[in-house]
Amino acid sequence: MKRIIAIIRPDRLEDVKQALEDAGIHGMTISEVKGRGIQLGITESYRGRDYKVDLLPKTRIEIITPREKVEIVIDTIVKNAQTGCIGDGKIFISPIEEVIRIRTGERGPKAI
Amino acid sequence: MDPILNSGDTAWMLISTALVILMTIPGVALFYGGLIRRENVLNTMFLSFVTFAIVSVLWFIYGYDLAFGSTTWGVIGQLTNPFFSGVVESNSLSTLAPTIPTGLYAVFQMTFAAITVALISGALVERTKFAAWLAFVPIWLTLVYLPVAHWMWGGGWLQQMGALDFAGGTVVHLTSGLAALVMVVIIGVRKNSKLLPHHLGYSVIGTGLLWFGWFGFNAGSALGASNLAVSAMIVTNTSAAMGMLGWMLMDKLKTGKPTLLGALSGAIAGLACITPAAGYVNVTAAIIIGFVASVASYYAVSHLKPLLGYDDALDVFGIHGVCGIVGTLFVGIFATPLINSAIKGGLIAGNPAQLGIQTLAIAVIAVYTIIVTFVIGKVIDKTIGLRVDESHEIQGLDINQHEESGYRLS
Repeated sequence: MKRIIAIIRPDRLEDVKQALEDAGIHGMTISEVKGRGIQLGITESYRGRDYKVDLLPKTRIEIITPREKVEIVIDTIVKNAQTGCIGDGKIFISPIEEVIRIRTGERGPKAI
Repeated sequence: MDPILNSGDTAWMLISTALVILMTIPGVALFYGGLIRRENVLNTMFLSFVTFAIVSVLWFIYGYDLAFGSTTWGVIGQLTNPFFSGVVESNSLSTLAPTIPTGLYAVFQMTFAAITVALISGALVERTKFAAWLAFVPIWLTLVYLPVAHWMWGGGWLQQMGALDFAGGTVVHLTSGLAALVMVVIIGVRKNSKLLPHHLGYSVIGTGLLWFGWFGFNAGSALGASNLAVSAMIVTNTSAAMGMLGWMLMDKLKTGKPTLLGALSGAIAGLACITPAAGYVNVTAAIIIGFVASVASYYAVSHLKPLLGYDDALDVFGIHGVCGIVGTLFVGIFATPLINSAIKGGLIAGNPAQLGIQTLAIAVIAVYTIIVTFVIGKVIDKTIGLRVDESHEIQGLDINQHEESGYRLS
């Protein structure tokens, strides 16, 4: 089983979510984060003084999948979150030791 | 004017009083509340609200009499009716506004005292001990506001000399602006003094309430439902509008884009600047006054403050102090008996001496305010302590001073 963490542009979330659902992937955890890669920040100006703001809002999607589905998830996210401009984000994959369904106590891939 | 109660005047003055109350609670509270960090939003708004409460009570115990009672050597009024006892009961009309009851004139003036002190809080936000503010309010009200109000409005010596201040350029804006400057020099710079407003939406609402309430402030200072009140309303609005447009122009020229905060600040600068002149000048003068107000404040806020390094957090001196000075001087230039038959007018009316009198009033009030505020600030600092602990300042005042949080989102 794998954990897939995707940092994407917030405005791409709806498309990504819909595309994942169409591909049969429903479970996910979304959080609103701030961050930067090589994307430059923005300038805000208050009463004549400028402030550089270089942490930009992004959306973090965390999905746990069986190994077989990893490529589909990556593919779907990349296709739907991509704009071609700097700041599109990144996807990270890591292994997961165990998954437990709280309602039933089930473990392993069938608990995903 | 016949000394007989005029219900039109009385109705308007009741409304004006309510309008000016709205300026402090919640106008100033919201305006300031939007500009600071989210961890300090409750404390910031609390400063305005508690100021209003303290001044409300003290005003009717002794404040009104000391400011507006019969004068002792032109310096301070006599405490004839402590706790205001007997005044309303006697159904008397105000000697200073003969068509409305004394009590109404008193409660109208109370709202001015309250907002003057509340304005000062904007300079001290995000680092001041609440207990220190609770001590500051009554002491500064009594030792600075009451005498100055008496000198300019209550029959005191500056008024006798002919100094003109229609609704508070000196009494309200100059005093609060300079007091703010003195206090920030004593209390020092915040650990984080970046102006990154956490909720500009509050400031928008606050500015709207202030602009709206200012009609009570300026047009109400005509003390009657009269053509003078109409004139004051028109020039007040004109100056606010020019102030907004002027600051937007400065924004565009200096940093590239017009900002909403700039527009709001410009409007307030325009309103502050026209305050001493509202019942003395015409529309053309108001256009000039509003524009100059925003340009002068813009430079005070974006150039003078960083140059001298004082942390006047919400620009109380930069906007109110500077505009109080500029507006009061403009009275000496643009005042005309064509607008207000009770005055000789200023430079354009062939009376350049008025400008000299205005300058004298500014100088005297400035020196007095600076010295007395400095003493008050130092005494409070040595006894209660003005500033919170650094760790509390970093964590935020809402949690540390009030055990409350402004945004419990669940």
